[in-house]
Amino acid sequence: MPKATTGDVVSTEDQAVPTVGVTAALNEDGPAREQTVNTFELHKVNVHYGDMLAVKDVSLDIPHNQITAFIGPSGCGKSTLLRSLNRMNDLIPGARVSGDVLYHGVNMYGPKIDPVQVRTVIGMVFQKPNPFPKSIYDNVAFGPRILKMKGNLDDMVESSLRRAALWDEVKDRLKDNAFGMSGGQQQRLCIARAIAVQPDVILMDEPCSALDPVSTGKVEDLMLELKKEYTIVIVTHNMQQAARVSDLTAFFTVAAMDQTNSRTGVLVEMDETRNIFSNPKDERTANYVTGKFG
Amino acid sequence: MSDDSGYSSRVAMPMRTRTAVGGAREVTEALLSSGDRKKKVRGIIFVSILLLGLTTALLAIAAMITWAFIAGWPRLDLSLFTNVPSVVLPENAGYRTAILGTLYVIGGVILLIVPLGVGAAIYLEEFANPRNPFNRFVDLNIQNLAGVPSIVFGILGLAFIVRGPLSLGFVAAAGSLTLALLVLPTVILASREALRAVPSSIRDGSLALGATVWQAVSKQVLPAAFPGVLTGVILAVARAIGEAAPLLLVGAVTFVTFDPSFFEGGYSTLPTMIYSYAKRPQDELQTLAAAGVVVMLVLLILINSVAIYLRNRFERTW
Ligand SMILES: Nc1ncnc2c1ncn2[C@@H]1O[C@H](COP(=O)(O)OP(=O)(O)OP(=O)(O)O)[C@@H](O)[C@H]1O
Ligand SMILES: [Mg+2]
Repeated sequence: MPKATTGDVVSTEDQAVPTVGVTAALNEDGPAREQTVNTFELHKVNVHYGDMLAVKDVSLDIPHNQITAFIGPSGCGKSTLLRSLNRMNDLIPGARVSGDVLYHGVNMYGPKIDPVQVRTVIGMVFQKPNPFPKSIYDNVAFGPRILKMKGNLDDMVESSLRRAALWDEVKDRLKDNAFGMSGGQQQRLCIARAIAVQPDVILMDEPCSALDPVSTGKVEDLMLELKKEYTIVIVTHNMQQAARVSDLTAFFTVAAMDQTNSRTGVLVEMDETRNIFSNPKDERTANYVTGKFG
Repeated sequence: MSDDSGYSSRVAMPMRTRTAVGGAREVTEALLSSGDRKKKVRGIIFVSILLLGLTTALLAIAAMITWAFIAGWPRLDLSLFTNVPSVVLPENAGYRTAILGTLYVIGGVILLIVPLGVGAAIYLEEFANPRNPFNRFVDLNIQNLAGVPSIVFGILGLAFIVRGPLSLGFVAAAGSLTLALLVLPTVILASREALRAVPSSIRDGSLALGATVWQAVSKQVLPAAFPGVLTGVILAVARAIGEAAPLLLVGAVTFVTFDPSFFEGGYSTLPTMIYSYAKRPQDELQTLAAAGVVVMLVLLILINSVAIYLRNRFERTW
């Protein structure tokens, strides 16, 4: 357990359950279970959009305080799977997740789980920087404000910006509109904003694809710094990036389903990153990481 | 909101506007495409017709303003605003009670359309499932209502608000309700347009921080859409101020010589008072009507300028 998040993270009706940390916070049946080393455990997860099966039978473990990368060709369902980890898929009409998504052993799609609370614990950074049309300060303060977090707001904003390696660049213009920042700064602001609500996990969907190499380098350094405190899952199309920052890599591909003739994403293999890149078990992985496919 | 056609493209576009837009598009395409002389000639003819129409419209407006200024000049002074209506002493008559009546009626309209119109827009745009047949039905009918002639709302107001279920009588509140119904579709459509212009990444960004849909809408989306919503409200209010026809049916025709109140007694408004003066034979009252027209025009131009200023000032490219 990285830190004790306050008990009011999840508003299950039975407030009697002693809530110590995120595990308990999301635990629907009784007191906190024994701490697993895996933050997520997925068993045979399928995601549908309406009738279309987008992701099929994915089983994988995402370990604690590590960076896990999802790679694979476009349309193989990386974003879809990532969004199912913090229930952002709930917002898409017709999207359906089946199978088990266990978060610290708790089924995240269980009946008592409130998706809004899930997202306070599992944050997300998007492909395109999406600061709010407000001041830099208000961007970072938004999360703590709506969650009514206790503590000094100024301090929370400062420490989030510091941890996002942005403080020195913006400390003199906190009241300026975030739209005046560079793309790379905006993306780090979005990371600071996600950190400010003290999540346990940060999901990043191609966080650097809209950034120049220098900004990309900064964000990558930041990820390596942040993994000491957070579990990070990142989707990337950049092989070098996956190789540079991630501890584990999951390679997905698109399989044509015989019966329906539709294209569905499947997990090919998941392993330590260096194995995926130097010694993959599957030929498809080898072709992809060496650039022969995709 | 990011382009000028933001309003015209969605809000209550009557047939003639749609035809004009289509024609304009054809012309642009024709001029941009190379070759095909025939198309080009046709394009040029169409441009000429459009320009002719525009010139006619502008000339008509200019003529009207000039006439009103010249005809109303003798009465364009402070007494115009402070004197009460009178037929016996036409040279001393003024618009005091009508201006107060307009303030009452429009105040009521604003109180009604802001919560109802913006609320409906938020519901339809952010919460309602667009695939639900009921919501589609509501959606379609709002668009249709925006095109209904105002006199129909007058009859509706007479039957249901002045008489019928509400039975308010011929009071300012009845005028407010009637005009609010009339401009509500405009407010809803404009507000929806403004909400839709806020990119979904703002919603996703808020929700990913653990905001509820309501928090995302009230704290991020609505503030971002605020200038657009405000512009829509102002334009709707401008329209309500200028309306006379429906008010004639719901009571705003009396020669009120006392300051009006909201729920009792007769009332009149600027446009209906102009109408009352204009249809009388006395020369002094004709002058007074012209002076009233000047006041109306100045007021409406001011309000519309504010709306345009706000739109340009806060326009955002995402
Ligand atoms: N909102 C949606 N509604 C319907 N289908 C969707 C939706 N989002 C994604 N899909 C489909 O699901 C499949 C997987 O999409 P997804 O975006 O997860 O792929 P991806 O691996 O992230 O691709 P990319 O690398 O291009 O981002 C695709 O076939 C896509 O068309
Ligand atoms: Mg994607």
